Parts: sequence; C-alpha cells; structure tokens
Amino acid sequence: MKIAFTTKGTEWDSLMDARFGRTEYFMVYDDEKEEISHFDNQSAADTAHGAGPQTAKILFDLNANVLVTGNGPGGNAATVLQKANLKIYVGAGEMTVKEAYDAYLNGKLAEF
Amino acid sequence: MKIAIASGKGGTGKTTLSTNLASYLAENEKVVLVDLDVEEPNSGLFIAGQLVHEDDKYKMIPEWKLHTCSLSGTCQDVCNFHAVIRLGMEVMVFPELCHSCYACSELCPTSSLPMVPQKMGVLRHYQKGHLSFVESRLDIGQEQAVPLISQTISYIDQEFPEDVIKLYDSPPGTSCPVIEATKEADFVILVTEPTPFGLHDLQLAVDTMRELNKKFGVVINRDGIGNDGVLDYCHIEKIPVVARIPSDRRIAELYSRGELIYTKIPEVKQQLLQIGKYIKDLQIGVNE
Repeated sequence: MKIAFTTKGTEWDSLMDARFGRTEYFMVYDDEKEEISHFDNQSAADTAHGAGPQTAKILFDLNANVLVTGNGPGGNAATVLQKANLKIYVGAGEMTVKEAYDAYLNGKLAEF
Repeated sequence: MKIAIASGKGGTGKTTLSTNLASYLAENEKVVLVDLDVEEPNSGLFIAGQLVHEDDKYKMIPEWKLHTCSLSGTCQDVCNFHAVIRLGMEVMVFPELCHSCYACSELCPTSSLPMVPQKMGVLRHYQKGHLSFVESRLDIGQEQAVPLISQTISYIDQEFPEDVIKLYDSPPGTSCPVIEATKEADFVILVTEPTPFGLHDLQLAVDTMRELNKKFGVVINRDGIGNDGVLDYCHIEKIPVVARIPSDRRIAELYSRGELIYTKIPEVKQQLLQIGKYIKDLQIGVNE
C-alpha cells in the first residue's frame, strides 16, 4: 500500500505541510517494499489559480492509496481525489512525517 | 465620456459619490450610471427607477463528451488555470476555474469539449428621468466577476453609443475586476478617506492606474477626520484633488436610509458641482 504525505521536506524528520494544493513535496511510503519516494511540488507556489486540482492530479498519477495531510483538500481537489478512491486523513499539519505516520498507524487521525 | 469611480480601500464612498453625482448631473443632461461591483451591487438602493430591460448573462464553459474523447490530454496541457484535468479515463471540468478562453475546446483533436453557456448573473436596466441606471448581479456561487463586468460594459457600449456621461461604479481593490471596470475609462476618480488606511490603499490604486496609463484624480470623502497624509501625498505626486466631501453625521444618516445626500446637504452639492465642472473641462480636452 502507498501512503502519501504532504511535506516540507523529503526525510522522515521533515515537517508536514498543512496545505494540500500548495504543499512543497509529497513523500510516498510503500509499506510493502518499505521504500520512500518523493515528488517536488514547489512549482505550485507560482500557480495563481487551480493549485488544488493540479496537485490532486499529481497525487492521482502517483497511485497512492492513502493521503495523510493537515487541513485537508479544498472542494475542487476533493472532487478529483474522490475519483482516485483514496482514503484521506487530516490533522497532521503540525507533526513531522514520522509522527504523522505513527499517528496514522495508531488511528489518531481523523478521516476527511 | 466614461468615468470610473474606484478606490483601493472598500467603504470609502464610491457608491455614495456615484449615485449622488449621477443624480445631480442628470438634473440637466442625460447620464448613464453603471454598477460594475457585480459581487455586491448597491447603487440600486439609492436609485428608484423604472425597470426597462432585464436579461440573464451567460459565460461559456467546456462540456466533456465521453464517447468521442481520445484522452489525448491536450485540453489539460493548454489550460493555464487547471480548469480541465484528465484523470485516467476521464476528463473533469471545473467551471469556477474556467476563464472561457476556448483553448481546450478549439484544440481538442476530436472536438470533445464543446463550449456551452452557463448562467452567471442578471443585468437590469432602469430609467429615471434623464438617468439611465444599469446594474449587473453575479449569481450566488459564481466566483468570477470579470466576465459579467465585461458583458455589462458591452451592453452599455451598444445601448448608449452616443457621447454622454457614463459613470462606472467600480469594485474596490486593485485586482482583475477593477482592471476590467476601469480599463476603458477616459478618467478615473479614486475615492479615499483621509486616514492612514485610506492613504495606504490609495497608493496601491494610484500604482494600478499608472500601470494602466489612466488619467485620474482623487476625491477625499469624510474630509475632516484622520490627518493630512492623503493631501500631502497628492501634492507631492501632483495628483489633482477634485473634491473634498465633508465628514458629517447627517450624511451617514441619509445614506443608511437609502437616500440621496446632495439634495439635503448644500456642502455636498457644492462639491458635486465642482466635480461636474471638472468633468466638463475634461470633456473639452478629450473631445479636442
């Protein structure tokens, strides 16, 4: 299973990014292969309109099964993510990626 | 003669000035007042005219045709606003993000994104003596003011091709709706209040108007409050201060009842007379 995190960096100790559409990075953890990959989304900062759906499309193409994030996606992005059949967990905006993963495993995060 | 009445800061008195100036000038000549603040039009609260025309306004957005689509992805590549997105076997359209540029529709190799009309608001045209009043109102849930502002200006150009005074009550701020509302104007009146807030936002509005190469002047509203910052700034920047409308409790009371002010308060009428004269001088200059 692939778990995607909205993050400000590319390490387990990096901070989570509370935003969805303009998150700086996605970190994707494949818990079967125990592999981490990341996607640089910093160009979204220059997007004047539609960062949400654009980022949602990227996540869709990354084939993640779960998204762990902070505030949760906005309306347009949520519409796209519905198509991706993705489980979304929110409330991890102030954590490190490691803490967010643990919180997710322990069922401490709210489902969006 | 097209005169836009704008401001950086909201709540400085654009509508107060627009409705009073239009009504005052219309005592002697034909005047068109247009409320272009389509997200929250309120000039109509002060102008009780007879409705002469009403029509729904539409913007064009693409509609995806599943059966002919070859999933080329051209649509999402050409959209600058991420309003069209291909997800696997599906294309999604986000009407709120669409700027009606037709690129996805025209460039689709299988013509699978025809443009279809979507209602965005209503235009209403009222008549009261010499005064023609037109307002447009964006529907709830619509996010983009610019297409409706643009269509309202087109309506005015068609209905009133003659050179009469046209006053455009514009939205506040300095973003796209303001640019759209002021870009065809011959002159822009920037309404401000003489406070640090007023000055700060006036400077932003001045920068915008200079970028657009507009002729503009300032009307100070609620003159007497705050400080001399706005006056000093206008002096240094050589910006004409066309009028100074006094701060007066009676003005607020009349406004709150939806009444015109200049008919009751001579000092306000005096300032409108001054603006009227300034416009006449401009007209001679513009018509040269």
